[in-house]
Amino acid sequence: MNAFEIIRWLSPELILLITGFVVLSVDLAMRRRDEGRTAAVIALIGLAVALVMSVLLVLNNPATIVASTFAVDPYATFFKVLAIIGASLVILSSMHFMRGKSLYLGEYYALLVFVTLAVSVAVSATNLMLVYVGIEFLSITSYILTGFLRNNRRSEEAAIKYFLYGASAGAVMLYGISLVYGATGTTDLVAVSELMKTTGGANHLLGIAAIVLLLGGFGFKASLVPFHQWAPDTYDGAPTPVTAFLATVSKAAGFAVAGRVFIMAFPHFTTDWMAIMGSLAILTMTVGNLTALKQTSVKRMLAYSSIAQAGYIVLGLAAYNPDGQTFTGLNGLLIYLFAYLFTNIGAFFVVLAVEKHAGSSDFSTFKGLAKRAPGLALLMTLFLLSLTGIPPTGGFLGKFYVFAAVVDRGLLILAAIAAVNAVIAAFYYLNVIRLMFFQESEDERPLTVSAGLNFSLVLSAIMVLAIGILAQPFITWAVDSVLMVSKRGF
Amino acid sequence: MLMPKEDTKRIKQFSIVWSFIPLVLSAWLAIDYWVRFLAHGSGEMAYQVNLSWIRALGVNYHIGADGLSIPLIFLTALLTFLGVYYSARVVRKRVKEFFVLFLFLSTGMFGVFVALDLILFYVFWEIGLVPMYFMIGIWGQAKDRPQYAAIKFFLYTLAGSVFMLLAIIGVYLSTGTFDILKAAEVGVWTSWPLAATLSFWAFFVAFAIKVPSFPFHTWLPDAHTAAPTAGSVILAGVLLKLGAYGILRILLPLFPQSFAQFGWIVALLGVIGIVYGAFVSLAQTDLKRLIAYSSVSHMGYVLLGIGATAVALNMRGQEGMFKNATMAFNGASLQMFMHGIITGALFFLVGVIYERAHTRELAKFGGLSAVVPVFYATMMFAGFASLGLPGLAGFWAEFFTFRGAFGIVPVLAIIGVIGIVITAAYILFRIIQNVFLGEYDPKKWDHWTTVDGEPADGPTDMATFEKVTLWPLVAVMIILGIFPSLVLNFFNQTAVDILSRLF
Repeated sequence: MNAFEIIRWLSPELILLITGFVVLSVDLAMRRRDEGRTAAVIALIGLAVALVMSVLLVLNNPATIVASTFAVDPYATFFKVLAIIGASLVILSSMHFMRGKSLYLGEYYALLVFVTLAVSVAVSATNLMLVYVGIEFLSITSYILTGFLRNNRRSEEAAIKYFLYGASAGAVMLYGISLVYGATGTTDLVAVSELMKTTGGANHLLGIAAIVLLLGGFGFKASLVPFHQWAPDTYDGAPTPVTAFLATVSKAAGFAVAGRVFIMAFPHFTTDWMAIMGSLAILTMTVGNLTALKQTSVKRMLAYSSIAQAGYIVLGLAAYNPDGQTFTGLNGLLIYLFAYLFTNIGAFFVVLAVEKHAGSSDFSTFKGLAKRAPGLALLMTLFLLSLTGIPPTGGFLGKFYVFAAVVDRGLLILAAIAAVNAVIAAFYYLNVIRLMFFQESEDERPLTVSAGLNFSLVLSAIMVLAIGILAQPFITWAVDSVLMVSKRGF
Repeated sequence: MLMPKEDTKRIKQFSIVWSFIPLVLSAWLAIDYWVRFLAHGSGEMAYQVNLSWIRALGVNYHIGADGLSIPLIFLTALLTFLGVYYSARVVRKRVKEFFVLFLFLSTGMFGVFVALDLILFYVFWEIGLVPMYFMIGIWGQAKDRPQYAAIKFFLYTLAGSVFMLLAIIGVYLSTGTFDILKAAEVGVWTSWPLAATLSFWAFFVAFAIKVPSFPFHTWLPDAHTAAPTAGSVILAGVLLKLGAYGILRILLPLFPQSFAQFGWIVALLGVIGIVYGAFVSLAQTDLKRLIAYSSVSHMGYVLLGIGATAVALNMRGQEGMFKNATMAFNGASLQMFMHGIITGALFFLVGVIYERAHTRELAKFGGLSAVVPVFYATMMFAGFASLGLPGLAGFWAEFFTFRGAFGIVPVLAIIGVIGIVITAAYILFRIIQNVFLGEYDPKKWDHWTTVDGEPADGPTDMATFEKVTLWPLVAVMIILGIFPSLVLNFFNQTAVDILSRLF
């Protein structure tokens, strides 16, 4: 593979990198006269080009591994597309929200591009070292974004907390990688799987230890209980557009990496890590839901709810079944994440609109929203119903696929616990609908929404419905994306 | 939905006309089906449309109607139209939202009755949930805790349906299809009885919550009391039937073995519902709550009939068993239809008095028969139909149910008859005597208004729009009391059709 070809395969990442730098320098040239608008537009264009390139690359060449560390395959592309869409929506919504909140908006947009690049590297990595680099890159850019509101103490606290947890999680993950390297002398995922074939005795214990340690890193990103303690405060304190990003794209990256690493490097430990994932799923769903019940701010409630949602998503790995006819678990995970992207981003954006208007997202600010902003209340209802899993929304399709995988695997108790959790969760989602529609507000001022945010909201809503109703193209895409990883066709 | 919300008059007119269309269509559907199938002694599935929806899963937009669903479709169309018509006069706040939700709700109900694909069924099933939640929560009376009732209603139903979803997945894994007809042909979990049992119960709980069967009925009184009049009518008239319909359409053909095995539990729950619901009705002091509990009791007949039908599957060899089963099936499905008409009328009647008195306390009324004779007469018809007086609609449903069930589960049927006696007691003593008979005492309650909210000295009789709403229902009660075969024919042919495949 010559240099030119390497550049070709890495073009989406290179474009993102260049875009980031261009955004920085343009902002410098503009001297912040337009409050970062030019920077945002350039960032959006760069993301769009990267999106097109990454799709084009896998259209005719199903899978290529560059420099034996970096896969350009449908699986990675799925998550790249997800990350780019997510980042674009976040940028669109930030253009109004962040104005006046910070002086460094050019850097803000540049960081959003870099964080997308980080996700793109992490989900493509087929070598544990590159996985580590990708995740750390993602973490560091996320810390800065979280603490971006420098004069807001909660934002600062959120960033510090995130950083401290992240640093420990990174160290734990690195220790896991060193264990694997010590045992096999390699960090390449496929080579590891070859060398970790014998599963008896000490080797077995070592494998499980490595899996648990690695999970410390991935679970941190995916906010799985017990690696979740950072999430509520970070989600609550971070600027709301960043929260939306962390709760969807960053989380998806955690799942994507976990899926690839465990499936490719530890195929002989499948039953072990499935059991671990199953227990984490139960813990995550239950803890997330029960704590969400007690919240009194919509943003915080959504923070806990997104922990609970991670519990449903991880069911996809807990019920992983490479030989599954229709439900491989992994395809459910992808469908769920894609629907969840739009649903949760949409929900956080409604919070953002209310917050911009009322200054906080306490339950009281949502009272009577149906009267003040009927459109917003309607969209929020759609997103909440999708989070609950009511058809015909995308959230239903996602739940259906992971639940089906669980039942298909015969894990009936797990399925029953998940079902009970879905009902618990419905309570606090409905509670917000209740506030919006059944209660009168003290504040009668009508609520206005900026054009960029409006566009993101409507697009998210359309996608939530499209995934649920059209279904077929999204299912095909997800199924095709995991084929290669499941069948290990490298 | 595109109309400006200030123009409430146009919205109301449009909704009335729009909801009249399905009524005409469903009547035409019934006639057409009668001519084309019933007249030739067939109760098969007709008018099928089968379009591919989600290819990856083999989910189809498969709909169709047969003798079991057509009367229920007609019932839905009738009650929706009357509900819209009635509400056009009494709903005053957030008018546009109300009618949008109401029409949306009826879409969900029609959908459930025609769906022949389990996923499609589930989608429609859940779609109905959301508008009802809003209707109870927004238009409920503040003193009835509508927000609590709305969430309770939603969560109860959802709790049932998530398990139904798991069972639907199970059916798919076992048969490779979501199609109800195909799955019934292939047989579900035939080689793994434990899975069949689990799926059966998962489905049953979902349906039993909706029916609602004892002990899952506690959401019902709250929801009914809090809901606006038209909401209660739809809730009692149609939504409760979805559960019973699901049992007949899905459980019976898909899980005949499990159902035959556990049918006695279903029948027992039915009988407990009958007796318990009747006693609790007797103890109520609120007219609407009384009627709500009477629904628990009356839906118990449906469960008794269905349970008996299932038990009969286990006694296949015995002489006359097929006939008993058919009768119990017919009784249950007739009861679904009749209860829809009768309870629909009763809830409208509660609405009539409530709009005037703004209370439903039985103790506040008395001697109204002389003051509001038309209202009294209408209530007499509905009440007597409800207690099963021969010559009115309710009688035939009860007759067939008990006649059928007696041949299959005699002990339970006899206990169930107690319910009829108590029903007579609460209708006669609690409603008729308490509200209408005795001396009229104007001092007992002094907050009377006219139906439009203007102060009045005492109760005014039914206005024209209320007569237009109620008299068609009374007419149906009388006509079906005399010619039950008009509806029975539909159910009977399909009962024979379904049961002959199982026997």
